[in-house]
Amino acid sequence: MADQATFAEDAMEHMSSLYTAALRMTRNPADAEDLVQETYLKAYRGYGGFQAGTNLKAWLYRILTNTFINTYRSKKRRPEERDIEDVEDLYLYRRLGPLEAAAAGRSAEEEVLEHITETEVKDAIESLPEQFRMAVLLGDVEGFSYKEIAEILDIPIGTVMSRLHRGRKALQKKLYDFGRARGLVSEEPVVNG
Amino acid sequence: MGESHDKCEESLHLVYHYLDGELTDEKRVLIQQHIDDCPPCFEAFDFEAELRIVVKRRCHDEAPADLRRRIAEALHHEKLHPPVDPEYGPGSNSLL
Repeated sequence: MADQATFAEDAMEHMSSLYTAALRMTRNPADAEDLVQETYLKAYRGYGGFQAGTNLKAWLYRILTNTFINTYRSKKRRPEERDIEDVEDLYLYRRLGPLEAAAAGRSAEEEVLEHITETEVKDAIESLPEQFRMAVLLGDVEGFSYKEIAEILDIPIGTVMSRLHRGRKALQKKLYDFGRARGLVSEEPVVNG
Repeated sequence: MGESHDKCEESLHLVYHYLDGELTDEKRVLIQQHIDDCPPCFEAFDFEAELRIVVKRRCHDEAPADLRRRIAEALHHEKLHPPVDPEYGPGSNSLL
């Protein structure tokens, strides 16, 4: 059992990471702040039930996710059930390949990666339908393992892998679209291999 | 040639499992050996690894100071005035 007296000391360090996730989930700073505050209060109240020494960050994320699903999402008429377009693996990489020969000095890939802005990454993540957005946030932004993501979202590991896979491809497509809109990449035929 | 192509296919198919650290040691070694010997696959793996870093680094927001203060105050208040709601009794897991 974890000691409630040490909660603040133990849990405060995760606040920015939880706030980042809350912002991507709610897409609204005021809701994100409320969601994080509610998460900390619930976690404090339930800290006695937390097994000290186990993964505190994953436990906090589980509370955050459940609070979001139960409170914020239900504000909407119905949960987002939209599917995503299925694109091929390595979507972005396969589209940058042809530019490489033209780039002087460093590779076109590096060039493009360097110029992707914070706003573009955040917008691309926020553009994903909720189930894929959560998987990508937990996997790519927070670096949780498949098993941890399965526990946080309460879904089977196979589902975690498929959501991550499809979410990542959709994210790459969005980043590519942003790059094209900015003239960072041009429309080139796809190389195979 | 044919065999090598199969290895490329297999490696690229497992790029995310590899980067996620979710392969068995045996499989991991096989993929590592292949990408060490195959510049095109190495490049693809390297790109995906770099992209992962870019996404992680550029998706970070600092919790506002005001939010930190509000949460610290709310926790302090909670400590002084614990809720009587039995839902949150000791050991309760109702929040999950």
